[in-house]
Amino acid sequence: MEYLKAFAVGGLICVIGQILIDKTKLTSARILVLFVVVGCILGGLGWYEKLADFAGAGANVPLPGFGNLLAKGVKEEIDSVGALGILTGGIKAGAGGIAAAIVSAFAAAVIFRPKEK
Amino acid sequence: MAKHIGKQTMVFSSPVSVLETAVTVGTKEGAGPLGKYFDQILKDNMAGQKSWEAAEIAIVKQNLQLLMKKCTAKPDYILSGDLLNQCCASTYGIRDLEIPFFGIFGACSTFGEALSLAAVLVDSGGAENVIAAASSHFCSAERQFRFPLELGNQRPPTATYTVTGDGAAMVSNADKPPYITAVTTGKIVDYGVKDSSNMGAAMAPAAADCIYAHFCDTGRHPDHYDLIITGDLGYVGKDLLLQLLDEKKLDISKQYSDCGIEMFDRETQDTHSGGSGCACSAAVFGGMLYRKLKSGALKRILFIPTGALMSTDSINEGESIAGIAHAVAIESEAVKWNI
Amino acid sequence: MENIKQKYSQMVKKASPDSPILKNCIKAFFVGGLICVIGQFITNFMLTSGFDEKTSGTLTSVILIAAASLLTGLGIYSKIGKFAGAGSIVPITGFSNSVTSPAVEFKQEGFILGVGAKIFIIAGPVILYGTLTSVIVGIFYYFLGR
Repeated sequence: MEYLKAFAVGGLICVIGQILIDKTKLTSARILVLFVVVGCILGGLGWYEKLADFAGAGANVPLPGFGNLLAKGVKEEIDSVGALGILTGGIKAGAGGIAAAIVSAFAAAVIFRPKEK
Repeated sequence: MAKHIGKQTMVFSSPVSVLETAVTVGTKEGAGPLGKYFDQILKDNMAGQKSWEAAEIAIVKQNLQLLMKKCTAKPDYILSGDLLNQCCASTYGIRDLEIPFFGIFGACSTFGEALSLAAVLVDSGGAENVIAAASSHFCSAERQFRFPLELGNQRPPTATYTVTGDGAAMVSNADKPPYITAVTTGKIVDYGVKDSSNMGAAMAPAAADCIYAHFCDTGRHPDHYDLIITGDLGYVGKDLLLQLLDEKKLDISKQYSDCGIEMFDRETQDTHSGGSGCACSAAVFGGMLYRKLKSGALKRILFIPTGALMSTDSINEGESIAGIAHAVAIESEAVKWNI
Repeated sequence: MENIKQKYSQMVKKASPDSPILKNCIKAFFVGGLICVIGQFITNFMLTSGFDEKTSGTLTSVILIAAASLLTGLGIYSKIGKFAGAGSIVPITGFSNSVTSPAVEFKQEGFILGVGAKIFIIAGPVILYGTLTSVIVGIFYYFLGR
């Protein structure tokens, strides 16, 4: 059941993205920005967490989940260190993902050559 | 001597010949329906180089060397262009050839521009033999204009596929068919299309304008030509061109085709609206069209390379895509213009 | 001229084939769903291995990101993307692909001005606007939320 919920919710979030791409001609970079920002706002309002409780990775793996992570991080940081958390919370929460992307992308750049599609 | 007639056409009464052509293309083009017409097909689109840009440069060099091997006439000038920033592929491709060079830019209409100017140079007596050439490379164009090749995105059905290759022609005063008999130079026409993945739509108005001007200026009828072929309008642009000409009461549908449509098989090669890029019209002309003109299968053609004049900056800043087209009439017999 | 432009834009709309949106959505649904299922599997595995919920979530992201990077380098992710569209753009793996693809592509221009300067050419806006939004969320939370 857990897996089914992750599959359905994750798939549906991707379908929203697909409709945006095909209907509005938004490029993928804009889709990524939109989803992270929306996820962060919904996270700030505490709504996204409800979806995450229901769907698990189905809500956490898509990019709005990354936005939610930033919002959650800010709130927790403010709770523990106060006003400074406004600045440090978001990046701190996203640090794992961003650093992982940088390290693995750099490794790929060292190892691989560009390929034709 | 050339003579200006009508609004934007030049006609040549003394013979201006297309003496020889050479075409080098990439793997996908070679595997397409026109594969048998090309002189050289690359085994690897990297052409043994380290980058896509270096590959395009190598293709330009190889192809021009091939042209000069096929044809002993000594070129006085090279007119060449491409899509890379500041025409780098042409510049570095001919760096070692030691031939006077005019770099030109007309986006994908570059080969039409090169043929037109080469004809004028030869007709003026300022040159005996002039090479007209144009190149493009799918990977260097994607990288420059769109996204990194490894990005996992989908291409919309209106998108075209940049042709990898170089097409070159030796334009000469040696009296041998086929001949360039007229050129109609296009104006910039911009109907406000902003979608850079729908270039055919952006260029169709310019092609319609140029073709219409050609028939007005010369007084010719479309039936004068066996084939009227645009550069890279693709399927979407073709539809729009025929509609636009229909509004002007000019029907060319009987003898009309497009190099971008001819270049690939859309069903099996996943090229969406068709081929595009400077090399698209240059390779189709130097390959199929020239050979058919030589063999007599085609006698009179109107060849109209089309270009979308824009840069990534102009698109990001909200400018629309300006179109251009240059028509070149090539016929197996010289024409005595009574003007 | 404005009239011509308007009329022409109607003509263009009619002549341009639409993307096969239903087919695209089905493909995006399955591939996107599948990536999330893999994510759930990794999370569950981490949880049973004794990590807390937060760490398991972070480890899931890290593993998915590294895997997508590898597939990007091998030239496989672009093929998945061509099939799945948003199905492989929207998950965190798409973020990883958008960082790795310029890194590999611009290597030709060197490691400082190529890889270094252009690595965030697509993902940069995500980090910028994600961080900005989080700061705004933080301001609201600090003054109103608690």
